[in-house]
Amino acid sequence: MRVIVAVKRVIDYNVKARVKSDGTGIDLANVKMSMNPFDEIAVEEAVRLKEAGVATEVVVVSAGVAQCQETLRTALAMGADRAILIESNEELQPLAVAKLLKAVVEREQPQLILLGKQAIDDDSNQTGQMLAALAGLPQATFASKLVVSDGRAIVSREVDGGAETLSLTLPAVVTTDLRLNEPRYVTLPNIMKAKKKPMDTVKPEVLNVDVTPRLKTLKVQEPAKRSAGVIVPDVKTLVEKLKGEAKVL
Amino acid sequence: MTILVLTEHDNATLNGATLNTVTAAAAISIFTGSEIHLLVVGHNAQAVAEAATKIAGVSRVLLADAPHLSDGLAENVEGTVLNLAKNYSHILFPATAYGKNVAPRIAAKLDVAQISDITAVDDSNTFARPIYAGNAIATVQSTDTIKVITVRSTGFDAAAFDAGGATIDRIDVAPDAKTSQFLSREVTKLNRPELTGASVIVSGGRGLGSGENYRKVLEPLADKLGGALGASRAAVDAGFVPNDYQVGQTGKIVAPRLYVAVGISGAIQHLAGMKDSKVIVAVNKDPEAPIFSVADYGVVNDLFTTVPELVSLLP
Repeated sequence: MRVIVAVKRVIDYNVKARVKSDGTGIDLANVKMSMNPFDEIAVEEAVRLKEAGVATEVVVVSAGVAQCQETLRTALAMGADRAILIESNEELQPLAVAKLLKAVVEREQPQLILLGKQAIDDDSNQTGQMLAALAGLPQATFASKLVVSDGRAIVSREVDGGAETLSLTLPAVVTTDLRLNEPRYVTLPNIMKAKKKPMDTVKPEVLNVDVTPRLKTLKVQEPAKRSAGVIVPDVKTLVEKLKGEAKVL
Repeated sequence: MTILVLTEHDNATLNGATLNTVTAAAAISIFTGSEIHLLVVGHNAQAVAEAATKIAGVSRVLLADAPHLSDGLAENVEGTVLNLAKNYSHILFPATAYGKNVAPRIAAKLDVAQISDITAVDDSNTFARPIYAGNAIATVQSTDTIKVITVRSTGFDAAAFDAGGATIDRIDVAPDAKTSQFLSREVTKLNRPELTGASVIVSGGRGLGSGENYRKVLEPLADKLGGALGASRAAVDAGFVPNDYQVGQTGKIVAPRLYVAVGISGAIQHLAGMKDSKVIVAVNKDPEAPIFSVADYGVVNDLFTTVPELVSLLP
């Protein structure tokens, strides 16, 4: 069984995003970039499926600028077998990425496609669901547990107020939530090994996908700042303030 | 053209996030003069449809009722919504687990961009949405003929729920896609308000040290305030409480009247989930904790003495 994992290169989880002073976007110059944390969980899950003998090959795919190769190498160091970079300097919005991934899915014919539930830059939470719809596949989003057997994926997913479990026919699309697993650290020997693993590069044109952005960003602003309040000396003062000033009691 | 709002429900009662989504629809209709229709997709969901007719501003309620729609499977909801989609200029979903699951499938099939998690309407094509965990607000313009939108409920007030007088029409249902099957649901039992709808939230972090301490310290406070219980990701990862307690960028986005953060340092991703709360109280023994930068009232002291004292002093 072949598994495809889609990964995105985003601002590092620990870096605070800063709005550019001209209001056109986020300043990413000289900012540390990493694999989207949810995608890391997706790679880990795929590698575990391979280690368990359920998957035979793990293919990682990324869409974006040439530097996404680094993100793909990280995935290869985690244990993926080969990588595909869909190289483009355009701003790639979720619908475009879903179309690109659909083209890859048609070529590679995987039984399972894993993606992070959302990217921590645009926070869209769309690509997996869009891919599933375009490819006519069933989906389980926000997965916290995944079991693959007998041509089906049994997925527990996190929903408001609890969890639910679905059974999907394969091929299927699964998007990962935080609790699915804890990704491994990549080791130096594995980083060295990853350098020798195959990486293909294709262009959107070759996949026949029009990636023109559909949403125009007019401006990007700092959110309304919440000013820090006061430190109260004791609990009694706190209760008085909550009653009198804030009127929430 | 008309605006369609997808109703979130459990086949018996209407979920409150639907009301905030209707308010977002009403904000769009100021520019378009459109009617607002509500779509209820479910099974034996007549009661939900009847409740939906009472929402202010809604002129028509459409009910798609069939056994294979009972559990909100995205593949099945997709077909039924797509049958109607061409009649609408805007299709809105609450940005809940349900809405986030289904909306992108509709957008992709219509070949339009989705606008996720909007918090403001500038005009019928232009919307504000938080990005980068709420560290920036993007104003985006859609050029597509149909706008598929998810609405962050903390960005809009709830629509009134006593007016209305909309009609109910049963509509055709798309066939079962048969590619996914619902097996079970485990609902976390709560004898408290649900986190996303609560007006008071008491939230705990790693500072509590254990699940036992979390319950011992925070439950009396939540009881006294009639509040819901929440947690930071650190507390969830440490196993103090179940996953669905998590408030933050990747958990629940909340905006209660009062948010009490206990033993929470205030990581960026937690602040993203609660900084729109009306009043924030933080209790932390570390005066440098980032949570104090957003708190209206801070107590720099040991939470194990502060919280019980607070409970005893509350009316």
